[in-house]
Amino acid sequence: MSTGTEQLVESELDTQEAHAHHGPAKGISRWFLTTNHKDIGSMYLWFSLVMFMTGGCMALLIRAELFQPGLQFLEPAFFNQMTTMHGLIMVFGAVMPAFVGLANWMIPMMIGAPDMALPRLNNWSFWILPFAFSIMLMTLFMEGGGPNFGWTFYAPLSTTFAPPSVTYFIFAVHMMGISSIMGAINVIVTILNMRPPGMIMMKLPLFVWTWLITAFLLILVMPVLAGVVTMMLMDIHFGTSFFNAAGGGDPVLFQHIFWFFGHPEVYIMILPAFGIVSEIIPTFARKKLFGYSSMVYATSSIAFLSFIVWAHHMFTVGIPLMGELFFMFATMLIAVPTGVKVFNWVATMFRGSMTFETPMLFAIAFVVLFSIGGFSGLMLAIAPADFQYHDTYFVVAHFHYVLVPGSIFSIMAGVYYWLPKWTGNYYDEKMGRLHFWLSFVGINITFFPMHFVGLAGMPRRVPDYALQFADFNAVSSVGAFLFGFSQLLFIYNVVCCIRKRNQATDRVWEGAHGLEWSVPSPAPYHTFTKPPKVD
Amino acid sequence: MQTEYQEYYVPHQSYYPIVASVALFCLAFGAGSIMTAAENGGDFGMILLFVGFLLLFFIIISWFSTVAAESRLGLYSPQMDKSFRWGMGWFISSEVMFFAAFFGALFYIRVLAVPWLAGEGEKGVSHLLWEGFVNQWPLMTTPDPSLFKGPEQIVDPWHIPLLNTILLISSSLTLTFSHKALKLNNRTATSLWLALTVVLGATFLYYQVIEYHEAYTELGLTLASGVYGSTFFILTGFHGLHVTIGTIMLLCILVRVLEGEFSGDKHFGFEAVAWYWHFVDVVWVGLFIFVYIL
Amino acid sequence: MNLILSAKNLSRICSYATVSVLFFTVPTVYADWQLNMREGVTEISRAIYDLHMVIFWICVAIAIIVFGVMLYSVIYHRKSRGAKAHNFHENLYVEIAWTVIPMVILIGMAVPATGTLIKMYDARESDLDIQVTGYQWKWRYQYLESGVDFFSSLTTPQEQIVGDAEKTENYLLEVDNPMVIPVGLKVRFLITANDVIHSWWVPDFAVKKDAIPGFINESWTIVEEPGIYRGQCAELCGKDHGFMPIVVEVKSKADFDIWVSEQLLAQAEKAKSAEKRWNLDELMVLGEEVYTKSCAACHQASGEGIPGVFPALKGSLIVQGDPAAHINLVLNGKPGTAMQAFIDQLSATELAAVITYERNAWGDSLGDIISPSQIAKMKQ
Ligand code: HEA
Ligand code: HEA
Ligand code: HEC
Ligand code: CUA
Ligand SMILES: [Cu+2]
Repeated sequence: MSTGTEQLVESELDTQEAHAHHGPAKGISRWFLTTNHKDIGSMYLWFSLVMFMTGGCMALLIRAELFQPGLQFLEPAFFNQMTTMHGLIMVFGAVMPAFVGLANWMIPMMIGAPDMALPRLNNWSFWILPFAFSIMLMTLFMEGGGPNFGWTFYAPLSTTFAPPSVTYFIFAVHMMGISSIMGAINVIVTILNMRPPGMIMMKLPLFVWTWLITAFLLILVMPVLAGVVTMMLMDIHFGTSFFNAAGGGDPVLFQHIFWFFGHPEVYIMILPAFGIVSEIIPTFARKKLFGYSSMVYATSSIAFLSFIVWAHHMFTVGIPLMGELFFMFATMLIAVPTGVKVFNWVATMFRGSMTFETPMLFAIAFVVLFSIGGFSGLMLAIAPADFQYHDTYFVVAHFHYVLVPGSIFSIMAGVYYWLPKWTGNYYDEKMGRLHFWLSFVGINITFFPMHFVGLAGMPRRVPDYALQFADFNAVSSVGAFLFGFSQLLFIYNVVCCIRKRNQATDRVWEGAHGLEWSVPSPAPYHTFTKPPKVD
Repeated sequence: MQTEYQEYYVPHQSYYPIVASVALFCLAFGAGSIMTAAENGGDFGMILLFVGFLLLFFIIISWFSTVAAESRLGLYSPQMDKSFRWGMGWFISSEVMFFAAFFGALFYIRVLAVPWLAGEGEKGVSHLLWEGFVNQWPLMTTPDPSLFKGPEQIVDPWHIPLLNTILLISSSLTLTFSHKALKLNNRTATSLWLALTVVLGATFLYYQVIEYHEAYTELGLTLASGVYGSTFFILTGFHGLHVTIGTIMLLCILVRVLEGEFSGDKHFGFEAVAWYWHFVDVVWVGLFIFVYIL
Repeated sequence: MNLILSAKNLSRICSYATVSVLFFTVPTVYADWQLNMREGVTEISRAIYDLHMVIFWICVAIAIIVFGVMLYSVIYHRKSRGAKAHNFHENLYVEIAWTVIPMVILIGMAVPATGTLIKMYDARESDLDIQVTGYQWKWRYQYLESGVDFFSSLTTPQEQIVGDAEKTENYLLEVDNPMVIPVGLKVRFLITANDVIHSWWVPDFAVKKDAIPGFINESWTIVEEPGIYRGQCAELCGKDHGFMPIVVEVKSKADFDIWVSEQLLAQAEKAKSAEKRWNLDELMVLGEEVYTKSCAACHQASGEGIPGVFPALKGSLIVQGDPAAHINLVLNGKPGTAMQAFIDQLSATELAAVITYERNAWGDSLGDIISPSQIAKMKQ
């Protein structure tokens, strides 16, 4: 190599030597150049919060438009961009990075590792995201507008008939894919390779287990997403005809590949949530988790099944009968392992000694509301019935129940649960509970009526609707604003917790068990540089 | 534990990741503006793309040099070595899935879509829209030849593709010999076999370029010649890209061997490249069977 | 970006705030709190409704048990009541039970579902075949046996949509030419699309099938009661996806036959109108009408289009250039873009009128007339 590079390498190594094993670097470089899993975790979490607010504001625009029939605020063309961006940002910008952030913070501390296995790669995974999303958001200001074809971007609406900005969208998706794959590799390697002696697999905390399985899902499906957007790119710019019947292709091929990614993707957004809830419930029930090993097996079965159910999103595209039946049965099967999980949580609470701090409130609400979302999922899985449900607000109700009081609630539960460990301070418990109750009420007012308008026949992705859907839509909109503004309490609480001194104990929660509670609060910059003793 | 624990090396700070992210941004934005350019975006895009490549190139070189240097300094424990192995392994798995998407598309189109369009199978009514279209593979006539003119001829698997198969398989063998030699600390043999591998890889690429040139100029087989051309080029094209990357990586390894790096028992960089190369080779065998022969 | 529709919005926001406060006390004008799926008017739709209700109640039952146990523990096993944590965390038999029982329940659901699905897929032996084609943003219905062929698009006036006029009963669910089918006969739909994917859905028939460009999906129905049934496009298909409703009129067989012959007669009439001589003013009046209905959704009433997506016609080189190229473009569209072929959608007169209109509206009048007979000749 040239001498220039060599010097650079040396200077890089020098800084390493000089700083090794002190606290964080001073100033802004701490965040840009860090390799510390806690810093990276925090950045992921802040990024996710910003994205949640962005996507949430888009949701509020949608709800404002849908408050009444008629067009009030948004042009239909712009409404579609809002729907699309809201879905994309929430899925790829809010939920996934939040889980990666939690993984970064907690996995090394939970298994007793000094850091993530590949620290530089870890920082790269994070820093790709802000760039990817700035490209994504920039498309909104380009000629012809941003992506307007739904977060599922079905061809040919997203190829031949798309606005020019779709090209940027494709590259943004590529970048997010790289970030997720690198992140997932890091998680897997950390869990498989960084355990201290004695930390056998069947002793791993469930959050770690669920993340391990999630990471496998990521590695197996993100490249498929990259593949399908690449085919779109080729169809748009290089004259291929993958999704065009005139050349022998098939638009439905797009949907098969997309959902081969897409269905596992929705489990990517729920398995870590299962893990968080499985940590929190035993703590506040002061009782060991019921059925640890069946939890592990159930999670693995869900992950496995998630690969063979994708076409339940496509029951109405005209799949041959045998395919339709296969996908219906496989989808219904998922209720079994998921049920096992729900039953285990309930059995953990049964005969426990429960208290109801904010994380526990969110966790209990998770169990109930996620199950409701699961039940509507099961109804959707019944193929003949799905001919009536498909592409209506019933589906919107289903997935918001599993995503908002599902994934989002679990993230909030996790943040409240671990916040004292991260910051060394207790958050304001009263405000936390208020935040919970407002969110709980808000969420149900927003999304429960969507079941009704959906069954009554309101299609999704419309900026305007017939008069008979008006009442429930107005209710939904009111709920959405209630829920949205309640989140200000959360942000306020977190910020106060970081700044105010209200010293937390090391254990934090009376019933907490696990390695992460054995280190001081706040957790020192480097933990477990020597492997801990595990018994 | 039997051996004493060696601390896991965690670098304190690094500017590589953030610069690499900037590089990706430049690449994505540059490529985006070139592709959507009406009149003026092109130059700007070109500059961005160029900057992106430059940055990425620079980062890759210095990142890997740092890793090698750290390894030389003995900062890496055996546990770290294992981390690299797992990491590379799962990275290759993700690459497998990337190709799986394209293979999946190929199978779907051959087995379902084209027969349906030609009136066969459960969705054969679709034929009403494409009268006269017949099911065949390779697809020489598309459903709508006015939009997508089918290829006139296809690549004969028993000429260049067969040669290329032989080239790649032997390159896998030579690479294995090189690895064996390295393990025995026979450095001359290592570099000779490795050099041969690079030559084989480069020859493969040379023939692929010839094949593409023929396809475009003589056979009428292009990206735009219907879905046969689409699947053909996307599969062979991305494979070719991987061979290119693999060859460059082999070349870097060769340089490092010549500079006296790697020892008989510690040479993960070498092995990682070897894994990658074998993976590329296996994909080719799939291509040869499903794209060229069948 | 044309984000905001009108200046009235601010006052609207204020009134919204008040409305939402009043909401829970004052019943609104559109009092229709329909909660459940419609039973519909076909055997299939009722079978689906029954399936839906069965699964729904099973889920409710499971929910009551599971949440009931949970609620019980939340109430009785709380620390503040002095509950002590027990120390069990495994029980093989219980775990087997709660794996097997759900499995059995699921099989119980799958059996009737399979039966219904098999019936839905049996599109053989139809009495009438209609090809349904989705266009951005209208439907085309071609009756394969009789040759009746027409387009069907939204008629709700723009004033109602933007709130300048009172919304009428079938707001967004009314079309110019409804599909008409006979009662009690098996009608087979051959569903496809011209540009992007649409989905043809009439809830009362429980027919929902995606319209895939280049492919045909089959579906069928036997409607038991005459009447008017309404539905909507159910797959995101671009800007006006929310504005492409479906209306089906179900008539007795006799009335249906009369309707068919009327349609055929009207089609012949329309073709004949091209023989008349039209002057510029007449063409401009008709042209504006056609333009508003067929072109303005994309190219906008002002002819300025939507930058980056739909080109402006005002000042367009094609519109101002050689008439032959212009006519060709409108008649045959531009394959692979949203610009569809209008040759089958509009009559020769309408085509001539709209092209004339384009060439003379928006200030860049060329003064030239495209005569209907000229187009009629090209159409053949
Ligand atoms: C976190 C995300 C998440 C999760 C966990 C799920 C979980 C499930 N989903 Fe959902 N789904 C989405 C996110 C998710 N989904 C999204 C985003 C979409 C829409 C995408 C789009 O089109 O934009 C969607 C759409 C969707 C569809 C397509 C609908 C349509 O477009 O027509 C279907 C159809 O089968 C479906 C089914 C299911 C099923 C069966 C489950 C199961 O996993 C649920 C299992 C859980 C339970 C059943 C409850 C608990 C169980 C018990 C208490 C045991 C006993 C119960 C019984 C025996 C009944 N989902
Ligand atoms: C994890 C994923 C996630 C989350 C959390 C949400 C959250 C919400 N979603 Fe989302 N939604 C999706 C995923 C998600 N959604 C997806 C995938 C789609 C499908 C897209 C498609 O069809 O392609 C969809 C579609 C969708 C629709 C249907 C659009 C259509 O079909 O046209 C609607 C309509 O009401 C909606 C509403 C909401 C609301 C009100 C919230 C609320 O919960 C949001 C509340 C949050 C905030 C408001 C932000 C936080 C608030 C603050 C920080 C306070 C400060 C804010 C203000 C002062 C304004 N969503
Ligand atoms: C669904 C959308 C849509 C509708 C409806 C539509 N157009 Fe177009 N039109 C387009 C698009 C997109 C293009 C650009 C095609 C291209 O890429 O060149 C176009 C291009 C044109 C052009 C060429 C303009 C130029 O300068 O390139 C003319 C003329 C035209 N349309 C006329 C009409 C007329 C007349 C009608 C109605 C009878 C109509 N269009 C209806 C979408 C539409
Ligand atoms: Cu057509 Cu939606
Ligand atoms: Cu799914």
